[in-house]
Amino acid sequence: MDVTQSHEPVHQPVQAPVQEPQAHQQHQQHPIGLYVKVWIALFVLSTMSYLVDYYQFHGLLRWGLIIMLMLIKAGLIVAVFMHMAWERLALACAILLPPLCLLVLVALMAIEADQMLLTHGLFFR
Amino acid sequence: MSASWANPLSARRSAEAAAADRVVGRAVAAGAPAGWRGLIADWSSDRQAFKVSWGKAMMWIFLLSDTFVFSCFLTGYMTVRTGSAVPWPNASHVFSLNIGGTELPLLLIAIMTFVLITSSGTMAMGVNFAYRRDRVNAATMMILTAGLGETFVGMQAFEWTKLILEGVRPWGNPMGAAQFGSSFFMITGFHGLHVTIGVIYLLTVAVRLLRGRYEKTGNYQIVEIAGLYWHFVDLVWVFIFALFYLW
Repeated sequence: MDVTQSHEPVHQPVQAPVQEPQAHQQHQQHPIGLYVKVWIALFVLSTMSYLVDYYQFHGLLRWGLIIMLMLIKAGLIVAVFMHMAWERLALACAILLPPLCLLVLVALMAIEADQMLLTHGLFFR
Repeated sequence: MSASWANPLSARRSAEAAAADRVVGRAVAAGAPAGWRGLIADWSSDRQAFKVSWGKAMMWIFLLSDTFVFSCFLTGYMTVRTGSAVPWPNASHVFSLNIGGTELPLLLIAIMTFVLITSSGTMAMGVNFAYRRDRVNAATMMILTAGLGETFVGMQAFEWTKLILEGVRPWGNPMGAAQFGSSFFMITGFHGLHVTIGVIYLLTVAVRLLRGRYEKTGNYQIVEIAGLYWHFVDLVWVFIFALFYLW
């Protein structure tokens, strides 16, 4: 355990005024062009997922496309718009790993749903 | 304390510990704060896990908890939809708009999606302006974002009205499985509530920006934190759009 570690936030010499009690530890300054690119990408991806419905794709193709487009869009928003790509790994892990537990919930509830469908078929027909 | 003075060995140990504490800059027992401040000082031990401001860390942790709330809703929706023996209403049909005699599937939902994505883009610009200390442009972008958010809520209100007039209720509907209504109103209602709260939040921060509240400290991170919330609202919509409307 590093007891002598400094807890002072890293000051940005150019930006920080003289008396700044809380400097921006993580100064998230990125070129506007990057945001515009992500914005356009999100537009294109949303249009693509809309077209999946418009052209009435079915089965595995529909599913694969919907899930893939959804995850790419979510990834872009979290990584660039929410700046997670530039945050420290400790924060990224603390926020992004716990939701993986939800996969267990989804798996359990999928089994439960099949059971429900079975009993509905048996008793409510 | 008195016990440690009686025992020379432990007295020496506590002196060492005090010296070590002084090195770390921790409040030693003699001068340690009491009450709630003491509790916080003792538990935090002057260490922080996340090297970001507390505001940002707390917003992220709140968003994590909110992720679980929305995920529970969506998982519940998946369960009732898969488990229902009655066919689920065709979202592509239910949410279509009739314009000029042609039926356009999911048109309103697509427009809502584009509006929300655009608002996320303007929010990102606002954060960028805030870090450049351009507070007027930052506030303008935030007000624009809030306006787009309000447009989204307005379109959602239109969609709700349309469905209610068509006879969709939380306990049943003419198109198919009864659980469609409860899932729809709960999931989109909770999301719409988040958008509404976000609009109020953004306008509050924008007004404070314009009044120069953050000039004194020069700390504009509040804009980024408000932006995190707003992008999260957009993020949730991505999942609702894919899982509820397109599935």
